[in-house]
Formats: sequence, structure tokens, C-alpha cells
Amino acid sequence: EDYHERCVQCSEVNWGLTDGGRFYCRTCHNVTERTREVVNSAITLNTRIQTISKGLRKQEKSDEGWEWYVCEGFQFVLRKQAEALEALGVCPQMKDEILCNFWRRYLQKSQQAYCNRPAGESIKVLSGCESSTDMDSEPERPSLLHLLSLSESDGDPLTDCSFGSSTGKVSESTSACSGSVDGSLHFMKNQKDKLRMSMPMTLSFCYMALVWLRESMTLSDLLRFVVEGHIPYLNVFQCFPEKMKLYGLDLKIFCVESWPVYEEVYDKMLHLAAFLELPRFPDITDSCFLHPDMLCMKYLMEANLPDELHNWTCRVVKKIHIGEADFLTFVPGNKSTRKVKYDVLAAAVIVVVLKLLFLLDDNYEWLLSDFAEERNKNNKEDGPYFEFKKWYKVIKKSLDAEQKKMDEEKAKCLWRCEKPLFYSAKKKSKVLKRRQIVVNLQHQFGKLSGSWQPAEKPNPSSFQLNWSEDNTDGSCFHGHSLKGILQEKCGLLTVMNPDYWLCTVKLCTEKFCGHLAHYRDLDFPASYHFVLSLFSFLLRIQPSYIHEEVCAIEHKLFNKKLYKKPKYKAGQRK
Amino acid sequence: SHKHKLDFRKSKDLCLSYIQDAMLQKQWKRAAEFLTFYIESLEKDFSTEYMGPSEMIWRMGTEILCHCSQSNMKEFNSFIEQMKTLGVKRYLKVCLEHAFHLLCNGRTDEAYQSLSLAESWRFGEQTTAQDKELKLIQAYRGLLDYYNWSKQKQVLLEYEKDGFEDLSVEQEMHNSFRKAAVSLKEIIQIPGVWDLFVQCYVDLLEFYGDHEEARQVLSEYAYNSKFPANPNAHVYLYQFLKRHGEPKKSLISVLKILHDIVPCHELMIDFHAMLQKSKKRKKRRLGLEVIFAALDYAGWKENVKAWNCLARQVKQIIISEKHLEWIKQEWNSRKDWWPAFHFSRYLAKRNWQENESLAYEKALVAGILLGKDCKYFKYVSHQGCKDQKKKKFRTLKKFVNKHSSVYLKISG
Repeated sequence: EDYHERCVQCSEVNWGLTDGGRFYCRTCHNVTERTREVVNSAITLNTRIQTISKGLRKQEKSDEGWEWYVCEGFQFVLRKQAEALEALGVCPQMKDEILCNFWRRYLQKSQQAYCNRPAGESIKVLSGCESSTDMDSEPERPSLLHLLSLSESDGDPLTDCSFGSSTGKVSESTSACSGSVDGSLHFMKNQKDKLRMSMPMTLSFCYMALVWLRESMTLSDLLRFVVEGHIPYLNVFQCFPEKMKLYGLDLKIFCVESWPVYEEVYDKMLHLAAFLELPRFPDITDSCFLHPDMLCMKYLMEANLPDELHNWTCRVVKKIHIGEADFLTFVPGNKSTRKVKYDVLAAAVIVVVLKLLFLLDDNYEWLLSDFAEERNKNNKEDGPYFEFKKWYKVIKKSLDAEQKKMDEEKAKCLWRCEKPLFYSAKKKSKVLKRRQIVVNLQHQFGKLSGSWQPAEKPNPSSFQLNWSEDNTDGSCFHGHSLKGILQEKCGLLTVMNPDYWLCTVKLCTEKFCGHLAHYRDLDFPASYHFVLSLFSFLLRIQPSYIHEEVCAIEHKLFNKKLYKKPKYKAGQRK
Repeated sequence: SHKHKLDFRKSKDLCLSYIQDAMLQKQWKRAAEFLTFYIESLEKDFSTEYMGPSEMIWRMGTEILCHCSQSNMKEFNSFIEQMKTLGVKRYLKVCLEHAFHLLCNGRTDEAYQSLSLAESWRFGEQTTAQDKELKLIQAYRGLLDYYNWSKQKQVLLEYEKDGFEDLSVEQEMHNSFRKAAVSLKEIIQIPGVWDLFVQCYVDLLEFYGDHEEARQVLSEYAYNSKFPANPNAHVYLYQFLKRHGEPKKSLISVLKILHDIVPCHELMIDFHAMLQKSKKRKKRRLGLEVIFAALDYAGWKENVKAWNCLARQVKQIIISEKHLEWIKQEWNSRKDWWPAFHFSRYLAKRNWQENESLAYEKALVAGILLGKDCKYFKYVSHQGCKDQKKKKFRTLKKFVNKHSSVYLKISG
């Protein structure tokens, strides 16, 4: 037979075949789950998990390095990302439990490991580490571990499990065009339904884990950290072990030449959660960071808006019931409910509140600002009243400066690293030579320009814009009062503005065009566009995404008025 | 994804635009800074591009190094060496431009070495693909050989003055001559504009007494229709023929072609002079045409000699009372615009202020062509006659008055 693995019990290689078609060890009569394979073609490749103790290492393919599988590569990547997240303050459970369990489940579901052959064998629930983990955190969190089958490995779960070789033959030619054993198979079509792994998807895994743990990091934060270099993504293969050679098709898999896109990572996460058949995620309550009340507070601070606006955002949140746990909590696979993008939602709430108070029709907000300015002159006792005009000037200046900086940084982004990449062994010397030239030229021109240093990584911070009340130039608006623009009615402060304009009268059907609404900046007032662009900058996403969310919120807010009788004050803006 | 271009590519394009902006604003340090980040594009294959990163980097890097004060020749040379290795298809072009750069910096020896080295480069198919550049390289190397020859010749002349002789320098000189002659002859056979090469080659030939070959070369250069029309070719031929005392007839035929191509050429004065001296009527007629044509051009407006030529011929025609129709013919196409172009009151004042001789000559012509009442003549003659000492203006006035009816016949 061509099965040459060592027996788990006696370490001998002496296999026979039972009647049921399973291999058994002739020495110690240990029956394995492995059955004789029918090799259809070189393409059917079933890898099988074999626990190998820490000491044994992989077989050498040649002097060049180990045999390794693509999913092993991704496993390294995930581990590195988890470590980085931990360094950023995420709890260690992320790495040791959540992420690694998600990953194992993925491997299982996509039948790359942790399972028997897909001949209908049931998944065995083995005793795992669950007894040793602490389960003292939120009791409502279901134990994932019961649902997964685990290997018997202990220690660092993400490094320890390894992948055995298969009996399926990988033809020489397929493995020659990639360092990994199955690099060429990675792009085969039949992998589609199994949710093919990709670099952006590693971030989907991370985000999913973050949401599960309800960590204080939104998806836009995560992606921003990736671009800033705090989370390994670009050139992460540099951390692969020396012997894990990367070339050919592996480059297409592991080398990124684009930054991750919010929508893509988010959508993949939804698919992934459904694919893994995960249960309802832990509830998002109003004490969670991801709750709109919390996020609104954060974004208000960052946008240098008065703290008093928070009352208004909370009111909107309450009115349209988007602060409820059932709305906010992620339930994978449930296609009927629209999934929540926490950061976009919070930003959109703020935009709606600004529209409520200031109208943002390129006219009213300026009049109101003048009005507040007048009142400010006579205002001796209270703190300064908020003036939209002043705020606009301060923010515009900062935004322009930051945008310019960001553009220059984009232009100075370095994509290549010291580790050489080549598509084939033949090209290796050429690639190395070229690398040498590049390094020489970089030094030469670097000296000319004064200093050769790639842009320094900014320190990771969850705030991009900071405003301090200590500034005497009055550029911080946190403490400003909204009294200047509100009026008293029946003892309560309400808006002076009786009007509102809807971004869109009718929402699109998401199923058809993928969006609820479409945004073209020319169709909307400049102030509205300005506010959108502010949050677009903070969240690093297109203004249209925020606009879409704004439309959705407005439709919930004015639901009664919209869908009852056509007698409403709001009119559509052209 | 709707993105057609990956972020790598987008960020490199963005980086490129920053470099270009900085270069246009002559902010060389900033350009160098962004170039540093652009350089890694070399590691990405852009083979479908019209102009790929390696060519961009060569061109931009050259500019930046030229302008950045801190860089020196050594750095530049090492940069170029790297550029040579980057693109085999551009190898000879880079060599050639490097040589130009060295020459511009006065490093003729280094340029010579670089060109000689490049000349011996062979790279399979590329050698034929880059044939043009190779020929240029040979030609410029030949030019430098000429330059060496010239230097050596000077040295020998100095020695002769002092009564010395030096066989080794003489030998070198002849060697340089041979090398130069071969290369220069090669290049000027190809249709093109080779002014400098032709002149140098002719100089060599003349020195060694091969006038026949020189004449042949110059004639080819001027008259071979495969070569682009080049006024200088005719000028060189003319100068050569003149040097060797050729008869007026040949000189005139050469200059006739020059007049046809470039009516405003500076040699038109010489041409006019030659034509005037001729006994043949046709030649003198041509002379009038030539001088009028030259003065059609703004660059000649204040050329005293040209006006003098015209004035003299006009005067002569009028006195002889023959061939008045020549003037009429020439004036016919000019009477609508020459008055404003040459003979306005403003110009009268200005010419008088700046250059009285010019005003004098022009006044004569104006007086004849436009009559004694024309603005120009009136002003200048009035000014000129004010000064008792300036007799010639009174003579002028008399002359014009005498022939005051001519202008009617001319403009009729």
C-alpha cells in the first residue's frame, strides 16, 4: 500500500486493510479512521489531520524546504494578526480561543483538516481543552468548543496543529509552480462553495472574533490599523519560517497589492459566519463599545462636535429602536434582517442629528450660525454657544491638512520588502539582482533628499483627530452649548427648524442593485457633502456607504409620515 | 471589485504625479524624496506600458541628479551604470545620452571612452534593433576623434613656430584623422541633418588637400533630394566654393537655391551684390527681387546695409530711366502693406532717433515709392535738413523732388 504514516500507537509503519476498508496497524491492531482512497485524478486532494507530537518535523521535499499547505500559511498569518491585536489591547482569549476555534471550524467545514474523508463520516467530538479554559466570562456566551471537534494538541493551538501529507498524488508539475503543495489547487473552481481563503478573509476572521468578543474595535478601526502597519497584512509572509518557501502561485495568494476594502471584508465575514454555521453572537448591549450610543460619543468627540449632541443621538437611537440588542446582535445566516455596520450606523446617526438641528441645505445652517453668533455676543454667563460657521472653518482646515498628509503617505507607500518574490526558480537570480539595484537606487536618492526613511508608523491610536479643551484658540467645540440654536417650548429645548429634507423618498431594493441608495455629491447640498466627507475620512470609507445608512435611518424615523398619507412637510432635495 | 487598478499601481501613479509636480516646480529634493518611493516599481512588471518604470526612473533620475547640488559626477556615473543594466533595449540610448552629458560637463576624455566602449557592444538581436543608436555612437566618437586631431594639429603648429618637430604627435594626428574620417563619412551618407559632422569632415579633407572629395560631399549634402531640405547645406557649399575661388556663376547658382528656401538669409546681401555686378539683365532683375524679398522680413527692418542696397539699385534704375517696370512689378504686391510695415510716422521718428543712416536710406526708398508727400520722407527729410551740416539730406530732398512723379508710374 502507499500509506506510509506512522501508527499513532506504536509508531510502526505496517498497515493492512480491514474488511470495512479501513487501515489497521498490523503490529498493534490499532484501527484508524482512514479508508483506502480512490484516487480520481490528481485533483482530488484530501488532507487529513494527524497529530504529530511537537518533536517530529515535516518531511523535507528537497533541500529547498518543507512541504507546506496553503492553509498552513494562512494559519501563520492569522496567528500573527492575533498577536498584533493582542498587542493593541485585545484580550488574549481572542488568539488562544476564539480565533483559533473559528479557524479550526473553517478547516473542518472546508474539509482541509480536522475531519474524515467526506464519505459521510460524522464529526467526532473529542475532548478538548474546554475543561481547562476559563468560562467565567459572560455566561450567555455559548461554548463554541462543544461544537467543534478538536485535535489532541495542547499548547499554542495555532502553531501546533499540522497537516499531514496525503495519499492523493500531487503531480510534480502542480507543486513545481508553487512553494506550497497545493498552491495551484487553490484557484480551482470547485473551491468556490467552500469559501476559498484569501488575505482579505483573514481580516474577516479577525473582525468576526472581535465582534464575538465585543472588543472596542470597529471594522474601520481594524482596517485602518492594517493600513498603518499595526496589523500584519502587507508582506506578512515575511514571518513564515525560513524553510517554508514561497514562490510561484503562492505569490498570488499571499502577496497583496491592494488594501482591504471595507465592503469586501464585511461581506466575506457574513458569508463566513453562515458557512461556519455559527450561532447567535453575544448580545450587544448599551454598555458595549459597538453600541451606537457609545460609538456616537466617540465620533462626536473626534468630529469636534458639542457633547450636548449626544443627547440627540441617543434620542434618535431610541426612537427607531436601533439600540436594542436584537437589532444590533449578529445572527449569522439570517437573511431576513439587514446586517449592522456599527461604525457606519453611528456616523449616520450623527449626520441625521445634524440634519435635524441644522437642516444642512446650504442656507439654514449659516443663518442659524449667524443667529448663534449674535446671541453669543450677549452671552456672559453660559459657555459659548455653538456656531456652525466656526466649526466648519476649523474642521475644513484640519480635514484638508489631514487629507493632504494621507495622500502623500499613500504615494510613499512601500509595497515590496526584503524577502524576494519570484514566480519560478529560473527568475530567482534576476529578481535578486533587481532587488539589489532597487536598494542601491533608494540609497542614492534617499541621500539626496536628506533622509531615507520610509514614513514612520504612527503610534496606534483609536482617535485620528484630537481636540483639546486646553487650546485657548477656541478650536475645541466639545463644551459648546447648543442653546444658541435651540428654542424653548413648553419648558423643553427643541429645534428651531421645522423642516427636514429626506435624502431619498424611496429606498432601493438591496437585492437588485446591492444598495439601499446611491450617492452623487452634485445632487446634494455642499454642507451635507462636507459632513459626509468628514466621516468618510474618519472611517476611511466612501461617502456613499454613510449616505445609504442615513437614508435607512431617515426612513425608519419618518416611517409613519412616509407610509401613511402623503401629507408630510419633508420634501426631497434635488 | 470595481477597481481596475490595484492599489500598488494606483499609489505608484500617485507617487509619479508628486515627482512630476516637484520637478516642474524645481523642488529637486522633494522630487528625489518621492522618487525614492517610486523606485520599487522596478520590481513589478509593467511590460505592457509604453514607457515603463525603468525608463521613467532613468529620465527623472538624470534630471534630478543634474540639478541637485549635492550630487557629483561620480554619483551620476554610477547611476548611469545601473540604468544601463536595467534595460537592454535601451542600452545604447543610455550610453549615448550619458556621453552627451559628459561632453556638456567638459569631460571629453570620459565621453570618448564611454562611446568607444559602447561601440563595441554586441547583444544578439539587440545589436541590429539598436542600429541607429550604434551609428550615432560611432559618429560622435568620430567627432571626438576630429576634436583630438584638431588639438594635435594646434600643438604641431605651435612646435613649428618654435622650430620643433614631434613625430609622435604627428603620428597621433594622422591616426585621429583616419579614425575620424571613416566615421564621419559613414554618418553623412545617411539622409539626415549632419551639419557639424559635415563641416568637420570637410575641414579634414581640405587640410589633407582632397578638395574634390570635399566638393563632392558638400554637393551631395546640398542637392541629394533624399536629404531633408537644409539651408545650411547650401551655405557650406557656397563658402567652400568661395574659398576655392570658384567662378561667380557657380556661386550664384548655389545662392539662388538658398534664396528660394530662405529669402531672409543673411547671405542675401552678398548675393545681391554679386547680382548687381553682373552684366546680365536677368541677374540684375533677380537682384532687385532678392533685396525686396529680404526686406519683407521683420528681422531685416533695421538692416542699414540692406536698405542701402535697395536704395542704390532703385536710384540707379531711376537715373538710367530703364526698367522702371521692375520696380513696379516688385512694388505691386507690397504697396498694400509696406507703407505701414516700414514707413509709418512712428517708425520715421524712431528710426531718426536711433539710427540716422537707416532713416536716410529708408527715406530715399520711401520718397521714390510713395512720393515726396509721404509721411516718412517728409519727416526724415525735414529733420535732416534742419541740420546745416548734413548736406546729404538736402541732396536727397532734391533728388526725390526731381523724380517725384515716379511713384505715380509705379503704383499705377
